[in-house]
Amino acid sequence: MESQTMEHRATEAHGDEPRNPGMPLDLDWVAAVQANTSAIERRCGTLPGRRSVKKDNQAAWLLKAITCMDLTTLSGDDTEPRVRRLCAKARQPVRPEMLKALGMEGITTGAVCVYHDMIPAAVEALKGTNIPVAAVSTGFPAGLSPFHLRVAEIEESVRAGATEIDIVISRRHVLSGNWQALYDEMRAFRQACGEAHVKAILATGELGSLRNVARASLVCMMAGADFIKTSTGKESVNATLPVSLVMIRAIRDYYERTGFRVGYKPAGGISKAKDSLVYLALIKEELGDRWLQPDLFRFGASSLLGDIERQLEHHITGAYSAGHRHAMG
Amino acid sequence: MTVKEKFESMDYGPAPESAAEALAWLVDQGDRFGHYINGEFTTPGDGFESRNPATGEVLATLSQATQADVESAVKAARSAQPKWEKLGGPGRAKYLYALARLLQKHSRLFAVLETLDNGKPIRETRDIDVPLAQRHFYYHAGMAQLMESELPDAEALGVCGQIIPWNFPLLMLAWKVAPAIAMGNTVVLKPAEYTSLTALLFADICRQAGLPKGVVNIVTGDGSVGELIVNAEVDKIAFTGSTAVGRKIREATAGTGKALTLELGGKSPYIVFDDADIDSAVEGLVDAIWFNQGQVCCAGSRLLVQEGIAPRFYKKLKARMDKLRLGHPLDKSIDIGALVDPVQLDTVAGMVKANTAGETYQPEMRLPHQGCYFPPTLIEGLSPADTLMQEEIFGPVLVSCTFRTPAEAVELANNTRYGLAASVWSENINLALDIAPQLAAGVIWINGTNMFDAAAGFGGVRESGFGREGGWEGLSAYTREKTKGKARSKVAAFEGKPGSAPVDVIDRTAKMYIGGKQARPDSGYSKSVYGPKGDLLGQVGLANRKDVRNAVEAAAGAKGWSKTTGHLRAQILYYIGENLSARAAEFAHRIDAMTGKKSGAKEVEASIQRLFTAAAWADKYDGQAHGVPMRAVALAMKEPVGVIGALCADDAPLLGLVSVLAPAIAMGNRMVMLASEPFPLVATDFYQVLETSDLPGGVVNILTGSADEIAGPLASHMNVDAVWSFSSSDVAETVELASASNLKRSWVANATSPDWSVDHSRKFLLESTEVKNIWVPYGE
Repeated sequence: MESQTMEHRATEAHGDEPRNPGMPLDLDWVAAVQANTSAIERRCGTLPGRRSVKKDNQAAWLLKAITCMDLTTLSGDDTEPRVRRLCAKARQPVRPEMLKALGMEGITTGAVCVYHDMIPAAVEALKGTNIPVAAVSTGFPAGLSPFHLRVAEIEESVRAGATEIDIVISRRHVLSGNWQALYDEMRAFRQACGEAHVKAILATGELGSLRNVARASLVCMMAGADFIKTSTGKESVNATLPVSLVMIRAIRDYYERTGFRVGYKPAGGISKAKDSLVYLALIKEELGDRWLQPDLFRFGASSLLGDIERQLEHHITGAYSAGHRHAMG
Repeated sequence: MTVKEKFESMDYGPAPESAAEALAWLVDQGDRFGHYINGEFTTPGDGFESRNPATGEVLATLSQATQADVESAVKAARSAQPKWEKLGGPGRAKYLYALARLLQKHSRLFAVLETLDNGKPIRETRDIDVPLAQRHFYYHAGMAQLMESELPDAEALGVCGQIIPWNFPLLMLAWKVAPAIAMGNTVVLKPAEYTSLTALLFADICRQAGLPKGVVNIVTGDGSVGELIVNAEVDKIAFTGSTAVGRKIREATAGTGKALTLELGGKSPYIVFDDADIDSAVEGLVDAIWFNQGQVCCAGSRLLVQEGIAPRFYKKLKARMDKLRLGHPLDKSIDIGALVDPVQLDTVAGMVKANTAGETYQPEMRLPHQGCYFPPTLIEGLSPADTLMQEEIFGPVLVSCTFRTPAEAVELANNTRYGLAASVWSENINLALDIAPQLAAGVIWINGTNMFDAAAGFGGVRESGFGREGGWEGLSAYTREKTKGKARSKVAAFEGKPGSAPVDVIDRTAKMYIGGKQARPDSGYSKSVYGPKGDLLGQVGLANRKDVRNAVEAAAGAKGWSKTTGHLRAQILYYIGENLSARAAEFAHRIDAMTGKKSGAKEVEASIQRLFTAAAWADKYDGQAHGVPMRAVALAMKEPVGVIGALCADDAPLLGLVSVLAPAIAMGNRMVMLASEPFPLVATDFYQVLETSDLPGGVVNILTGSADEIAGPLASHMNVDAVWSFSSSDVAETVELASASNLKRSWVANATSPDWSVDHSRKFLLESTEVKNIWVPYGE
């Protein structure tokens, strides 16, 4: 009975999109990848000036950002009550009367993202909703625990009720150009996830170059990642627009070649409503509207929601809002 | 539409920038404008309407300047100029700084007004045009500050007539006005009749800055007003616009002594190699050809893609085109706004319609019901022989063809009359830095496009015009040397006395020197050269147009010289000096025998010095790495002009020849030179020195004969890149008129001829080189 519920949840959150089955490692493709940093930065630097979303459209986009949000707590001092509080926020991310004013009652965040030990509490707290629980795994954030334990951790988390697993890749495989090792590792992680969807965290801030980001993105997709994700939130540089552009262009190329859509999750450092609009515009421009849904796009964020709530209240009332007027998570 | 529906559709929705402030400013000015002359707006006169091309609505009524208006503007500029120049660089810098600050303070007003007037997206005026205009004034405030210390030999030209186009109205104004007034000139500027409003707003801020009256004068009107300015009592004309009009201005100013710089059209190549970051190269095209609706002189309008990646590249490009948003230019989420005027729209549409070659792609998009809109267009699979691969369209239309090898890419890129800009996309630094210097263009962008900055000179070669705007290299367009020459007077040959016999019975046949070989004149005619007492000193051939043709062919063929190292050229120049020195007495005697003066020895010694100085410079006239405000270097490389035709001075038969030849070949140019007309025999002796000095054949070609005969064919030759005249004959007008054929650079110093005993090497080095700015953004 319980597992049926879980499957049902997974289907809702993940839509009808066929899962990326992966493909054999194509090293020629990996080697041919180019990423011109200056040109990529110019594209990203001018995008906010090229696309502007105002008024009702802006409110709609901010609400979209909420539904694409993996509301996250990944702290050493997390406790079960703290996680329950977060889950309550995920179920009711915006004050009900505000959602009513916007005609958008009933929206929730895309998922809740926690450490393994917090999964049961989260699953319990989200019962009766379609909100999936995502768990970070594989020795998050460094990913340097014994390989068999990392695989086992995934299996444990899936058993505990997580339907999304955010794994971390071994950065050393990228830095040493050992693409086969990266592929094999990712393949094994995907295998361990079973029905649960797997997000591959590249920890782009530790990969040294955009070219490496592009290559690692491709290899992880070839090995069957459902999502590729920028960061753990623990690196000194987390999600950036240039990194995002490189990753979503890799997703686009992968889709053009294989026909499978892989999702994208920028995580860490996105805390302003305005930034979320720029990310959505970037996705819309480079990948297209299909990717503007929670089954293919997620924000990994902890403080973004608060800013979006304030912006939405400003939209409704015309007066600038204050943080204490919105429930904390 | 409800929020929920918008949530489902995720459309951008409208994001309009308000026009209220800009429209209010127009109303405050009465919606009618006169000219800005001597610090005041004149009473509005008869004129024309300025319309918003996005809607067709009338924005204001402008005055058409009359002859009297132009005269009064020039008079105001003339009387303000001496005081302005005497104010000194630091004094002028304060005003330029104030103008920069005022442009910044009113930046949104300028941006909105520009978009209303021109039709370009508000993003571009707000994020590109206006900030660059400010930057130009800041930068040149600094140039004014430094002028006296860094350019001690330079002075202002005087009054500058400036005629600017409609595609970047405020930015082109800044490019023209800032360097001119920084260097102590005063200006009379005419904006394009479609887009005069930001120039008039600029006039308003000149008043706010307290700029002395008459320093900046602005007159409005159509091309006929431009003609009035060209023909007015100005010292210089600076023009940006079409090649056709540029050519007319070249002809109209021929022989007048007015300085001229032209920034004209282009058909700039955009080269994508198979190892490029393809997505970035596709995105670059958005900035190359869909920036400002493609109405950009340096637009990357000719796409050259390596064959192997072409299908994938085109597929990605079309997908990108599908995402372009076309619409009202005041919408903040618009990529492509309106073309400037219905006339321009018709021209672009007509050119695309007339094309039957290749395959045309336009994304499916709804164009607004009214306004001058044209969809982004790609025409792939063209050949260089197709009209649209050669003709500038000046609209959002990209044409393209493929190439096989880097060498073929260069060949295709250079297969054009133009030479303004080029883009090179490759992740291979060896390839990119090998291709960039080979491209005939004034600006090269590696892995980028349409990057501009006040610190890096902008301008072209070939029929894209001459002169640079921006950077140290741009200052020479608004300054001249303080040292003046002496007034030109015709140096006549001596007459022979009746029955004069040769001084030396053994005949020496002085030939011409073409392609490293001694050549008889094609005409089969020779003329006698007599000494001051009428003695027959010898005979020289009379060159005709065919000798010019042969000499230019030889010079063009010696292109390897332009690729030699400065070190090698220095060695050869020293060697020429050494060999001349060995025969110094003989040359001195020859000069004295011809001129009847006793200055031969001094002239030979000075000539040897010129050769040594040029040798010294050959490996030291360095380019610069400009500090542009981004993570990039802009390498200002000094390149030889190419083939230079020179009519040498008559009065200093050896020194006049050597002073021209030495710095020019030191910089890698190849020369076609006409020897002193009355005293040619020392030049024909000199080729023996060249022959014994390891100078490759064709680098220097020497003709003898008459300047009147040679000036036309030499100056009009389309394979000559620059023409200089120091002849004492009255050929200035002929030379400059004929130079319009391919808009080659001209330098006619025969109104006042240089004092050859003074070393002018610096000036010659400047005239012997083109600055090519190669932008290299970097970062991994």
